[in-house]
Amino acid sequence: MKAKQSERIMHAIFFISACVSVLAVALICFFIFVNGVPAIFEITLSDFLGGTLWKPLEGLFGILPMVVGSVYVTAGGIFFGVPIGILCAIFMARFCPVKLYKILKPAIELLAGVPSIVYGFFGLVVLVPMMRTLFGGSGKGILTASVMLGIMILPTIIGVAESAIRAVPESYYEGALGLGATHERAVFFALLPAAKSGILAGVILGIGRVIGETMAVVMVAGNQPILPNSIFSGVRTLTSNIVLEMGYASGLHKDALIATAVVLFVFILIINLSFSAIKNKERN
Amino acid sequence: MEMVQSLNGINANIKEEQGINKQTWRQKMKAYKKQPLSLFLLTLVTTSAIATIGILLFLIGYILLNGVRNLSFDLFAWEYTTENVSMLPALLNTLYMTGLTLLLAVPVGVFSAIYLVEYAKRGNKLVNIVRITTETLQGIPSIVYGLFGYLMFCIGLNWGYTLLAGAITLAIMVLPVIMRTTEEALLAVPDSYREGSFGLGAGRLRTVFRIVLPSAMPGIIAGVILAIGRIVGETAALIFTAGTVATAATGLFDSTRTLAVHMYCLLNEGLYMEQAYATAVVLLFMVLGINALSSYVAKRFIK
Repeated sequence: MKAKQSERIMHAIFFISACVSVLAVALICFFIFVNGVPAIFEITLSDFLGGTLWKPLEGLFGILPMVVGSVYVTAGGIFFGVPIGILCAIFMARFCPVKLYKILKPAIELLAGVPSIVYGFFGLVVLVPMMRTLFGGSGKGILTASVMLGIMILPTIIGVAESAIRAVPESYYEGALGLGATHERAVFFALLPAAKSGILAGVILGIGRVIGETMAVVMVAGNQPILPNSIFSGVRTLTSNIVLEMGYASGLHKDALIATAVVLFVFILIINLSFSAIKNKERN
Repeated sequence: MEMVQSLNGINANIKEEQGINKQTWRQKMKAYKKQPLSLFLLTLVTTSAIATIGILLFLIGYILLNGVRNLSFDLFAWEYTTENVSMLPALLNTLYMTGLTLLLAVPVGVFSAIYLVEYAKRGNKLVNIVRITTETLQGIPSIVYGLFGYLMFCIGLNWGYTLLAGAITLAIMVLPVIMRTTEEALLAVPDSYREGSFGLGAGRLRTVFRIVLPSAMPGIIAGVILAIGRIVGETAALIFTAGTVATAATGLFDSTRTLAVHMYCLLNEGLYMEQAYATAVVLLFMVLGINALSSYVAKRFIK
C-alpha cells in the first residue's frame, strides 16, 4: 500500500517537472510582452518600428536602425558562414579520410563551444585592427560583424548540413556513379539536392543564432544607432541596443528597451516556427 | 633466409594486386584534367575545410599565445582591486553559479525527461506541448533570458541583482539541454530491461530508478557537462540578473560576476587589455575542457 502511494507521489512530481518548461515559456512571454507592449503603444507602433531616430533623452524611440542593423548583420553572417559551412560539411561527409575525420569532427564541435564573449574578444583584437588596416575607418562595422558571425555559425551549419548529407540514401550516389558521374559530380548534383531541406533547416538555425547573438556583436559592430550607408559603417543590432543601455535606462526608455526585446522575440518565434515546419515537412 | 625473401616477394605481389584498382596521384590528375568542373569542386571543398580548421587553430592559438604570456600569480589573488583585477573571485562565483544552476536544473530536467519517456502514454498531448516549448526555449536568445530574469526576479520579486536570480535564469536556459540529452539516453535503454524488471515484480518507480536511470547515466552526465559549458560561457543572461560586482559571493542574495561577465567588464572598461587576454585563455580552456570531457564521457560509455 505504501509503495503505491510513493508511486503516485513520484508520478505527480515527474508530471510537475514536465510542466516546468511550459511554465517557463509562459512566464518569459508574459513578462516580456506585458512590460514591452504598452511602451510600443505609448510610442505608437509606427514611430517605434518606423522611426529612424533613437534619442532616448529627447523622447525619440525609433528602432528602425536597429532592425535594419540586425537584418544586415544577419545577412552578412549568412553570406560568409553558409557557403563555407556547407562546403565544409560536404568535405566532412564525402571527401574526408577516416583518420582525418576523427580529428576534424571533435575540433569543429569544440568550435561550437567557444563562449560568445571570447569570440567577441577575438573580433576586437584581431578582426577590428585587420579591417582598419585593410579598409580604413574605425574597423568596426557591418563587414567586421558579418565576418565574426559567419565564423560563429560555422559549427552549427556544418553539423546540421553534414547529417543531412549523410542521411541521403547511398543509392543516389551509386546511381550517379553508375551513370558515369565523377565522385564530385555525384556528390554535388545527386546528393546535395536531395539533402536540400535538411541544409535549409541548418541555415535557419544559424539565422536564429546570429540574430540573437549579443556579446560578440557588441564588441565589433560599432553600435551607432543610425541607418548604415555602407558595409563599413557602424551599426547597432536589436540585441546590442538592449545590452548597451539597459544598465542605466529608466522610465519609458527602459520600457522601450524591453519593447526592443519584444521585436527580437517575435523575430525568433517566426524563425523557430519555420525551422520546425521544415523539419516536419522533411519527416513526412 | 631464402624462405623469408621469397615470402617477402609474395607479400609484395599481393600488395601490388591489392593496388590494382587504386589510381596513382598522376592518374588522378590526368582524369581531373578531363573534368575541370570536378577539379574545381574538389578544390572548393578542400579549401573550405582548410579555411575552417585554419580559423579554429588561429583563434585558439592566438588566444593561447597571448593569454599565457599575460598570466601571472597576481591575477589569482584573493581580492579584486582596481590595481590588480584578480579573476579569482570571478572564478569562485562561476563555481557557485554553476553549482546552484545545476542544483535547480538537473532534477527538473531529468524528472521531466522521465515523465516524457517512461510515464506519458502514447498520444499524450502534454508531450507535444513540452516538445514545442523546449524547442522554443532553445531558440530564445540569451539576452532575452537576461531581460526576463531581470523583470521577474530583480524587479518583480524585488531581489535586485543576485546570485539566485542569475542561477534561476540560467537554469531555465540549460533546461532544454538537460531534458533533450536525458530523453535520448532514456530512449536508448532497451525495452527488455524494463520488461525484465516488470517481470520480476518491480513497480514502475523502482524500474525507473534501479534499472533505467543507472543504464542511462552516462548520457545524462554528458548532457549535464554540456550544460556546465554553457553556464560557464554565458554573459548576456547574467549581466542584468546577477550583476557585475567583482567580489566573491557570500550568500544567495549577493550580486556576483562570473568569469565570462568579468571578461566583458574588463573589455568594457578598456583599461585592462593584458588581463583580458589572460582571462580569455582561462575561460576558453575551461569551456573547451568541459566540452571535451562531455563528448569523451558520451563516447566512452554509450557504446
